[in-house]
Amino acid sequence: MKIVVNGAVHETAAAELSGVLGELGLGDAVVSTAVNGEFVAASVRARTPLTDGDRVEVLAPMQGG
Amino acid sequence: MQLYQATLRSRLLLGSARYPSPAVLAAAVQAARAEVVTVSLRRESGGERSGQAFWSLVRALGVRVLPNTAGCHSVKEALTTAHMAREVFGTTWIKLEVIGEDDTLQPDVFGLTEAARLLCAEGFEVFPYTTEDLVVAERLLAAGCRVLMPWGAPIGSGRGLNNLFGLTALRAHFPEVPLIIDAGLGVPSHAARALELGFDAVLVNTAVAQARDPVQMAAAFALAVEAGAAARLAGPIEPRDMAAPSTPLIGTAFRG
Repeated sequence: MKIVVNGAVHETAAAELSGVLGELGLGDAVVSTAVNGEFVAASVRARTPLTDGDRVEVLAPMQGG
Repeated sequence: MQLYQATLRSRLLLGSARYPSPAVLAAAVQAARAEVVTVSLRRESGGERSGQAFWSLVRALGVRVLPNTAGCHSVKEALTTAHMAREVFGTTWIKLEVIGEDDTLQPDVFGLTEAARLLCAEGFEVFPYTTEDLVVAERLLAAGCRVLMPWGAPIGSGRGLNNLFGLTALRAHFPEVPLIIDAGLGVPSHAARALELGFDAVLVNTAVAQARDPVQMAAAFALAVEAGAAARLAGPIEPRDMAAPSTPLIGTAFRG
């Protein structure tokens, strides 16, 4: 199915959010996630199902003022 | 200086953005003797993993991090970003920014107070980026904020303390609340002035990061903040309109 990850279309074979992070090569990374604008804690990614068209944000620490 | 449960010696908080390199950032944090560094969250790509490298660098600095919600324009965005930041950075501190106007990056004080209320109720320790408006400050305190971060001038403008009257009134109105001048400072004298006026600390980013020599500028800001704080304790004299001779007049030669 097609989802949107960080603003770009992503074809995924994963049914859950945790699987998408693995596909992106971020399975082990320090990141935080949101689906359709709602925060999804790391502890529940493996049981957070995705559906076609979902908007996923994967954010990491970055420089800030 | 007490910020929520933390007791800090340094009155200079440093932003981590816009440095020429990560190494310069690290050296600037040390030169500033900063104990708090602001950080943010941005989209991470699996190819670059730039956020992972940045996070390793910041952790090695051994400072307390203050995540921000920079770039958020709505209460909803700010709340989601705050939740994400709490998980990634492992802190309940959040520098709450809800931007209302893109040219000045002026806070949307209505969204700010609403977001502050919701986050404080959830146990966040909120550092709201606000204006010098007394009524907004009152609302933020009622929302549960125990620190306020009024702007000096628009973010990155380097204009210093733009509304001296308003900022002085804010300081006088809330003598017990830690007040940190956030945004708009350009040179160390601006920081010294803020501390002389009784502000508890300043947060500086662009003025250091974009200086020709950021490390030297960080050291200069550290000195300025110390000078300003010491001057405040020493009790500055009141300005006067007329001259007052500093050399005693009694016994002046050639008179009378």
